[in-house]
Amino acid sequence: MASTVEETPTIQAPKSAAKTKKTTLADLKGQDLAQRKFARKLIAPALVVAILITQIPFLATIYYSFQNWNLARPQERSFAGFHNYIAVITNGAFLPSVWATVVIVGGSMILSLILGLLLAVLLNREFKGRALARTLLITPFLVMPAAAALIWKYSLLEVNTGMVNWALGLVGIGPVAWNTDHPALTIVFTLTWQYTPFMMLILLAGLQSQSGDVLEAADVDGASAFQTFRFMTLPHLRTYAELAILLGTVFMIQVFDPINIMTKGAGNTKTIAYLLYERAFIGQQVGEAAAYGVVTVILTIVFATIALRTMFKIFTEEAR
Amino acid sequence: MTATKQRCLGFAAAGASFALVLSGCAGFGNLGNQPGVTTVTLASVNNPQMQDMAQLLPEFNKLHPDIKINMIFMEENDLRNATTKDVATQGGQYDIMTVGAYEVPIWGQNHWLMDLTDKAAEDPGYDVGDFFKPVRDGVSYQGRLYAVPFYGESSFLMYRKDLFQQAGITIPQRPTWDQIAEYAAKLKDPSQDRAGICLRAKPGWGEMFAPLTTVVNTFGGQWYNMDWQAQVNSPAFTDAAKFYINTLGASGEGDSVSFGFTECLNLFSQGRAAMWYDATSAAGSVEDPTNSKVAGKVGYVRAPVKMTQNSGWLWSWNLGINAESKKKEAAWEFVKWATSKDYAKLVGSNLGWSRTPPGTRKSTYQIPQYVQAGGEFAPLTAKIMNEVDPTKPGVEPQPWVGIQYVTIPEFQDVGNQTSQLLADVIAGRRPLNLALDQGQKIAQRAGDNQKKG
Repeated sequence: MASTVEETPTIQAPKSAAKTKKTTLADLKGQDLAQRKFARKLIAPALVVAILITQIPFLATIYYSFQNWNLARPQERSFAGFHNYIAVITNGAFLPSVWATVVIVGGSMILSLILGLLLAVLLNREFKGRALARTLLITPFLVMPAAAALIWKYSLLEVNTGMVNWALGLVGIGPVAWNTDHPALTIVFTLTWQYTPFMMLILLAGLQSQSGDVLEAADVDGASAFQTFRFMTLPHLRTYAELAILLGTVFMIQVFDPINIMTKGAGNTKTIAYLLYERAFIGQQVGEAAAYGVVTVILTIVFATIALRTMFKIFTEEAR
Repeated sequence: MTATKQRCLGFAAAGASFALVLSGCAGFGNLGNQPGVTTVTLASVNNPQMQDMAQLLPEFNKLHPDIKINMIFMEENDLRNATTKDVATQGGQYDIMTVGAYEVPIWGQNHWLMDLTDKAAEDPGYDVGDFFKPVRDGVSYQGRLYAVPFYGESSFLMYRKDLFQQAGITIPQRPTWDQIAEYAAKLKDPSQDRAGICLRAKPGWGEMFAPLTTVVNTFGGQWYNMDWQAQVNSPAFTDAAKFYINTLGASGEGDSVSFGFTECLNLFSQGRAAMWYDATSAAGSVEDPTNSKVAGKVGYVRAPVKMTQNSGWLWSWNLGINAESKKKEAAWEFVKWATSKDYAKLVGSNLGWSRTPPGTRKSTYQIPQYVQAGGEFAPLTAKIMNEVDPTKPGVEPQPWVGIQYVTIPEFQDVGNQTSQLLADVIAGRRPLNLALDQGQKIAQRAGDNQKKG
């Protein structure tokens, strides 16, 4: 996902830049051209360093993925060919893990987006103590993931003493064994709690950038509050929501702490990041873990390219 | 995808920083060398007992001014990766390492550790026979000693004496699992949030499968037979798993998949479980009145059994000498000092008797101050440590030495994945037989590797 964030602008930007450059370069003569060429030479080392720094880990991953390398048998390291990739496909762990990632990240994304939107709309009003309310609402995003997972595990979802079960008990629902019976849900809770403030912040920025004139005009035209929100505010927020979804996915897909602390990957909570960790540090199969990584990268690039293209189509249609 | 990159980056970075730290340390060690002083590098797990060892280094230097010990502390997983890499690639970076009981036989088989059998026998004052035989067996491969135990533990059943008395139950010294299940059902009290028994069910080879493997053993099951044929979906293994899961469901702690060692310790110390089957080393915390509401109310009996005489597990942290070390003599002097009879007394008198490394030497349990500090559980621990048999813990013979684990590198992975499948069974998401069939496949893949040799 991250590379698509990096890549798409660079794919788009050079296209337009290259076109203009082509004409200017052809137009340039003599000293100008020489200067331009010299400038490029000066920049080249920096560019090479940038490429090396950003791409070496990835190249190393590709290299590892073709190695037969078990941490517990370091002396048996050898070239494995496509063996690791075959293992990825035949082990049967990959697809469930992709599915778990989609469910957990997708579920948390939708929930935190909706909650974030509600909170942002509330915070967009003028009221006494708004700054305080905003600060309070942002706090979950500032808590370290491991600490958040511990809070959820012990204070909120603990079966006998947790606050959630206590609250459920008030309305006559017996204690729920969250981590045992609904492990994926506990992770979604934690992620939603953590990322709602993030969604809220971005959407709030969107709301505050909406021009008051438009809303006033809608009001004059006799639009109800709901109509204004549905037909004026929501379309305006779309770009902000897209940004929020994109960044949110990048963050959430790396989820590790709550899984390691609360469910240990049991019960459909083994996301790709956790699967990789297990293969590398519990299975000690560095080659296989790297192969999982490479396959994930390929899948994400394919998926993200399609997703982003549709998004950009929407953008351009909006612009028209 | 960022996740991937970051993991790899992290991985590479960790590796690089390790290398830097290590070379740095070695460098400093050499710089500070006075002529005639040998610097010995010791890679250690960062457990409290090892930190105590570091504190007592000046005492060692009084006896051996010509040996300088350079201790490097690491977290357990880091230590495992760093030391495995060093011994397997014949790096010889570390002269002494703390090695878990799980790795010693694997490393011994590969001749990555120095054979200490003769060295240990040389000095009559060292008295190898004083180590509990099972602990010694646990760190031997084909009768040769590849590391010496620093501290050890087994497992036993902790129970609330007051609750048993109220219910009018007398618990036998060697209870059976059927009896325990019955008591647990009687003593659970949902109105007071009290479980009948706390059993670890958190996924992980060292969490759920430490106690569960001992149950499998005593039910006549095992992970592998003598031909490295996996036995995970055999009737005995299935019965044991079924019993464990049923007991958890009937009278265990709620939300059991969340419960590992720490969580059970917490639950039991808060008085919210009538029994707890876990490590002997837990007793120290259970009897500590500052953190435990049940201190003084807890009784201890042997691990419950079904078809075997004993069912306790066996774990030890040990000191091993790198086979590639160039300072073996100096390294042995230190290892001998840290695992000697006198070391226990040294810790006891300098740092407090409750901090004495337990579970390795018979003589430790003859020190009156230690026995006094250890209360009711110390003598029982000594007896259990002497009784368990890591060479044949179950009914059938097994091709490895170890009770609650299999000493093959793949076992961490096999145990981990199987425990995740069983977590699904506990939650009712998967039938037991399908989970064990799946576990069988995972275990067989590792078994096939082992057959190849």
